[in-house]
Amino acid sequence: MMNLSRSVALISLFLLPLLSFSFSVDNPTDRRVLVLLDDLSLKSSHSIFFTTLKSRGFDLDFKLADDSKLALQRYGQYLYDGLIVFAPSTERFGGSLDSKSIADFVDSGRDLILSADTSASDLIRGIALECGVDFDEDSSAMVIDHSSFSVSDGDHTLIAADDLVKSDAILGKTKIEAPVLFRGVAHSLNPTNNLVLKVLSASPSAYSANPSSKLSSPPQLTGSAISLVSVMQARNNARVVISGSLQLFSDRLFRSGVQKAGSPNKYEKSGNEQFATELSKWVFHERGHLKAGSLVHHRVGETDEPAIYRIKDDLEFSVEILEWSGKSWEPYVADDVQVQFYMMSPYVLKTLSTDKKGMFHTSFKVPDVYGVFQFKVEYGKLGYTTLSLSKQIPVRPYRHNEYERFIPTAYPYYGACFTTMAGFFVFSFVYLYHK
Amino acid sequence: MGGKQDPTANGSPKSESMGAKKASPDLLNSSFSFKSLKLKTKQQELLLRVSILGLVYVLAFIARLFSVLRYESMIHEFDPYFNYRTTLYLTEKGFYEFWNWFDSESWYPLGRIIGGTLYPGLMVTAALIYWTLRFLRFFVHIREVCVLTAPFFASNTTIVAYFFGKEIWDTGAGLVAAALIAICPGYISRSVAGSYDNEAVAIFALLLTFYLFVKAVKTGSLSWALGSAFGYFYMVSAWGGYVFIINLVPLYVLVLLITGRYSMRLYVAYNCMYILGMLLAMQIRFVGFQHVQSGEHMGAMGVFLLMQVFYFLDWVKYQLNDTKLFQTFLRITVTSAILVGGIALGVGTASGYISPWTGRFYSLLDPTYAKDHIPIIASVSEHQPTAWSSFMFDYHILLFLFPAGLYFCFKRLSDATIFIVMYGLTSLYFAGVMVRLILVATPAVCLISAIAVSATVKNLTSLLRTKQKVPQTGSTKGVGSSKSSSKVTLDQSQPFQKNGAIALLVGVFYLLSRYAIHCTWVTSEAYSSPSIVLAARGAHGNRIIFDDYREAYYWLRQNTPTDAKVMSWWDYGYQITAMGNRTVIVDNNTWNNTHIATVGRAMSSYEDEAYDIMRSLDVNYVLVVFGGVTGYSSDDINKFLWMVRIGGGVYPVIKEPDYLVNGEFRVDKGASPKMLNCLMYKLCYYRFGELVTEYGKPTGYDRARGVEIGNKDIKLEHLEEAYTTSNWIVRIYRVKPPTNRL
Repeated sequence: MMNLSRSVALISLFLLPLLSFSFSVDNPTDRRVLVLLDDLSLKSSHSIFFTTLKSRGFDLDFKLADDSKLALQRYGQYLYDGLIVFAPSTERFGGSLDSKSIADFVDSGRDLILSADTSASDLIRGIALECGVDFDEDSSAMVIDHSSFSVSDGDHTLIAADDLVKSDAILGKTKIEAPVLFRGVAHSLNPTNNLVLKVLSASPSAYSANPSSKLSSPPQLTGSAISLVSVMQARNNARVVISGSLQLFSDRLFRSGVQKAGSPNKYEKSGNEQFATELSKWVFHERGHLKAGSLVHHRVGETDEPAIYRIKDDLEFSVEILEWSGKSWEPYVADDVQVQFYMMSPYVLKTLSTDKKGMFHTSFKVPDVYGVFQFKVEYGKLGYTTLSLSKQIPVRPYRHNEYERFIPTAYPYYGACFTTMAGFFVFSFVYLYHK
Repeated sequence: MGGKQDPTANGSPKSESMGAKKASPDLLNSSFSFKSLKLKTKQQELLLRVSILGLVYVLAFIARLFSVLRYESMIHEFDPYFNYRTTLYLTEKGFYEFWNWFDSESWYPLGRIIGGTLYPGLMVTAALIYWTLRFLRFFVHIREVCVLTAPFFASNTTIVAYFFGKEIWDTGAGLVAAALIAICPGYISRSVAGSYDNEAVAIFALLLTFYLFVKAVKTGSLSWALGSAFGYFYMVSAWGGYVFIINLVPLYVLVLLITGRYSMRLYVAYNCMYILGMLLAMQIRFVGFQHVQSGEHMGAMGVFLLMQVFYFLDWVKYQLNDTKLFQTFLRITVTSAILVGGIALGVGTASGYISPWTGRFYSLLDPTYAKDHIPIIASVSEHQPTAWSSFMFDYHILLFLFPAGLYFCFKRLSDATIFIVMYGLTSLYFAGVMVRLILVATPAVCLISAIAVSATVKNLTSLLRTKQKVPQTGSTKGVGSSKSSSKVTLDQSQPFQKNGAIALLVGVFYLLSRYAIHCTWVTSEAYSSPSIVLAARGAHGNRIIFDDYREAYYWLRQNTPTDAKVMSWWDYGYQITAMGNRTVIVDNNTWNNTHIATVGRAMSSYEDEAYDIMRSLDVNYVLVVFGGVTGYSSDDINKFLWMVRIGGGVYPVIKEPDYLVNGEFRVDKGASPKMLNCLMYKLCYYRFGELVTEYGKPTGYDRARGVEIGNKDIKLEHLEEAYTTSNWIVRIYRVKPPTNRL
């Protein structure tokens, strides 16, 4: 009995550092990543990408997509924090994996990199569809661009794309100078879904068609409606990268030089490596991850939070926002965080000022309207975690004894009142006793 | 006149009225035996009167206890739950907290200033009773006090009715009035144990005010007028129906002025009552300055000013001895007074200082007004025009005793009888406009009927007594109507008078006993159901209790987060806050029509449109009442057209014809597509298509409407079923958060 408990304690002691490495609210960067491949040769052909991931401390677990022992969770616990699906042609996953379990994986707050390619399977298309991305229905179609292709190859399906989303959070502070090489299938975004956005868009001259056959009808997808690489940040801040090209991550394109057709600039090395690395940093929460403390508010001059405010109270509001740097929580610095004092519509909208130590605060006067208000911080900066905080607080009108008792303007009335009373008294006296 | 009659003559109507309550033999015997002790007649009469009044007092209380005995001591219906909740708050937190209470749990997110939007009379009364009992070391629960407040005040009303009857006719009429009102179904419907509503104390206050005012007019005494002003204050603090008083009293005064019955007594009574009553009424926050600013109260003010003009003219007439000069003066004064008054009213109305008449007031004067303009008033079942059957149901014999009483009143016209006639006629008109106002007419009907009964019986007994001295023989004659025959017997001296009188007395006795039986039956069968617990008869005649409401509210209380917001139609708002202790969007205090219309719009929209509305109101749960399984007909589907109308009144996107097929409201296969897919339909009939409700009928057979539903395959996208009570009467749905990835 003693032995057993000791050994349990011992095991847990060994497990402790392991546990602390795992994905959590305090440490949002993913650690354990499952990589699904449809061919183990991808492991070597895409080795640079995987090596950079490993060097950043990720624990990659390579599995064949049809491995019969595949499982994302065991006993209700997820085994991985992230998932990379580099298996565009897989029709069916092995084990218990299917598109729904991948959707559940994302809904549990975990991250996904999904790469399709020409002739992507229905399974992959289905997963993409769950995330608001529609791949071109024609399975043989590719993105063709006769003006911004890479001249090195002369192939108009090798796109040299440089229309990147302008977000330091997603693509890092260093600008990606060289165009990104892309060969693969086009996709469009579901217009009703406002969580998904294009990271790498095609040029206006691009279109999606089968390159080997003659174009018989106008292509479905054209121009900058075509997205090459998209990201989706779910409401629970799970992040998803969907790429139409598996080759984008390959060693060959990482290493090859690039010159965009019609452009004099020739680059020794394509932007692919930087693009893929920075994107993986974003998707695995090494960057752009914010955390907010609770909303703190109190009357001016007090420190405790009241249960109810009165109209026209002066109050102070503050919230702490921290940013994950990949290793530790750093104060978040921004000048665009706003708070709303909200009841069906915002009655007060104020930009919070920061003390550069992570505290954002402001003070304002409660409007002259009673009701159940909410302090709302809705912060959805591109590439950052969406912060959606609210705290309910009722606002009451004045109490009966909080009004002014005597108003200067009413003094004539007070005077009139008392004069009448005195006059009545005198009148009664005179009337009754005057003969 | 003054109530000093022969005791025996008085005793008969008393025993008549009591005879209906199985107390007659003793009283009759005793009154006969008392005849031998002539000296103590007055004391005997007093003893009789007091004991009869005491019995009536007790009777009025116990006749209202059916529901407590049959179910349990609980609060009934909808509004009483709010009153109960506020009373609880008052006893727990004290008066000032209650007065300043801002309730953030109702009308989310607007909130409601409870202290400023209710009539506090009822709550304060119950709290005072509670505190008194506590002080006397009776440790009762506040709920018991609330349940029994209405019967207690009904008992008090009988006492006031006695004094009122005594004032307008004589003590006999007073006693009959007390007995009639004690068991009159029109009053019992609103004052059974558990119906803890404003009307419970308001009828007492109403009758008290009228009684004291009539007394003041009769005596010209300042103190009675003062009492009347305080009675009015209590009425204002208890019920919005005080508007009836503030319009009836001036109307009465006006009639007296026109008929030349102006007197100093009237001047003193009205001026004192109006001025003091107005000042006192302004202390009630909910009423505020309405007495000087609202169109409904302007009549009283106009009569007040007219009174001063009358007095002034009287004084001028006294000063000027020249009639011709006075005539000219009169003409000038009256014209200028009317002119000034008219200009003041016009300017006040145009500048917005005097608010125009409210919709409720209009709908009283014009019964069709609400239907066209204010669907929220027309939607309430107790605001419907009264059917003849409910008059019969609530008044029974009083319905034809009333005209007889009017006849007697007109025969002996005085200030007091003019008042009761006017009260009776106006209130009966309003009772015809709205079902609930039968309540206001009930005291008048009882009083006037009591005059008829008392006067008839007195005439008959005096006839019997005179004939005893000169005995005559004769055969009995068939008698038709009691009133006409009694008149005949009075006017002419016929040989068969004695027997005729006996027959008529028996007839009156029979009628009154029928009345008592009818009242008991109505009380027991119709008015003692708590409506929060439903009862039905099973196939074998056994009683089945549906306690689904409380089941659902307790589920809400125990299984939802404390700050959850529940959306339901406004009928259930008070109950959800009181029993479920959860925030509601709208409730029975229908002060904000737009907010209710928003809920109506959500209920009548498609699910995805409704979802946006519900998200904007932070709704977490939706509660619907559904009677398709049990056959409970006052459910949300039957109320649905009102939701459409009220929603459409504010949001024109909702159109009533979209939900109708050829002007017909249906839920079966022939229903309109919008009806079959709106939120309310989906929530009521979700999973209903797979249920067999009645043997030999297809699945999804709606028992409340007797049809098979038209849409059996209902899929919910943004809501999920959270709880359905055992008989499906209440169904609660959870509003899902927005999907994670879309």
